[in-house]
Amino acid sequence: MSDSTCPSEARAQDAATPAGHLDPRDRAIVLATQAGLPLVPDPWGAVGRRVGMSGDEVLARMQAMAARGVIRRVAAVPNHYRLGYVANGMSVWDVDDAEIDRLGREVAAIEGVSHCYRRPRHRPHWPFNLFAMLHGHSREEVERQAEVLRARLGEACRDHRILYSSRILKKTGLRLGAGGPGSDTQRRD
Amino acid sequence: MSPAALDAVDRRLVNRLQDGLPLVARPFATVAAALGIAEGELLYRLERLREAGVLSRFGPLYHAERLGGGLTLAALAVPEPDFERVAEAVNAFPEVAHNYRREHALNMWFVLATETPGRIAEVIEAIEAATGLPVFNLPKEEEFHVRLHLPV
Repeated sequence: MSDSTCPSEARAQDAATPAGHLDPRDRAIVLATQAGLPLVPDPWGAVGRRVGMSGDEVLARMQAMAARGVIRRVAAVPNHYRLGYVANGMSVWDVDDAEIDRLGREVAAIEGVSHCYRRPRHRPHWPFNLFAMLHGHSREEVERQAEVLRARLGEACRDHRILYSSRILKKTGLRLGAGGPGSDTQRRD
Repeated sequence: MSPAALDAVDRRLVNRLQDGLPLVARPFATVAAALGIAEGELLYRLERLREAGVLSRFGPLYHAERLGGGLTLAALAVPEPDFERVAEAVNAFPEVAHNYRREHALNMWFVLATETPGRIAEVIEAIEAATGLPVFNLPKEEEFHVRLHLPV
């Protein structure tokens, strides 16, 4: 069931640094910061000392990566539950293919939707092609949000579910290892 | 996991820093000034919030594809008696960035982030071999919105 045809990969690569071409100095900064930024007055200097660059260079490179969209932002990543968002639902919708691009953009703009994607169906087990993450202080709150989405999707939507998360099994975020872009070890493709 | 007790300053800090740290020379001093607190107090509170698990992390959020890597969402239908064993096997892969238990026949949902797009298929095969279960691969075909912000 591991689908190898993935239209998003081809598109993403067009707009991106090709695989393996991440600048080695940028890559060193990614490796040094992916677990977190040092919480000190001059975090760029602290990162620089770890990677052998000046703080000015680290900051300039991070600004450039942010401008290219390689860094979405430098921010606090909250634990939903600890902030009182105990109801976290992945709402999934079976939406008419002809309408999904327009409706996906509309649904994404609805208050409370944090992430919204079109993904492939896997019929018959999985007919859903639109994913919208919803977060609330109770399931009732999430279900009210889902009602707003349901109304917006109208007749283009045949079915939907809300898959609540009942446990975080792992949450480390993206990690580059030793052998990736800019490295010549452990490349297997 | 119970909701944390946050005071008014913690709340402003969490709200403000979900939006992002400015990429300037003394970023914490800049945010502290905007919030009307001292830089040292902001750093102290931020560290405490991170240690208490209110924040999973604080740092750059990288865009996997624009780093030249691969990213996908995948799911497994795990038989209940095997759930812990399979969770351990899946979590052991460094490419598994997040993993959530969800209430559905497909009860394990995880994000794979890999160094190269081609590596996704290899990791999926390895997870199928390690768990004995078929992986549903659900890569994004279109991203309409990504902006997690949880006001407190």
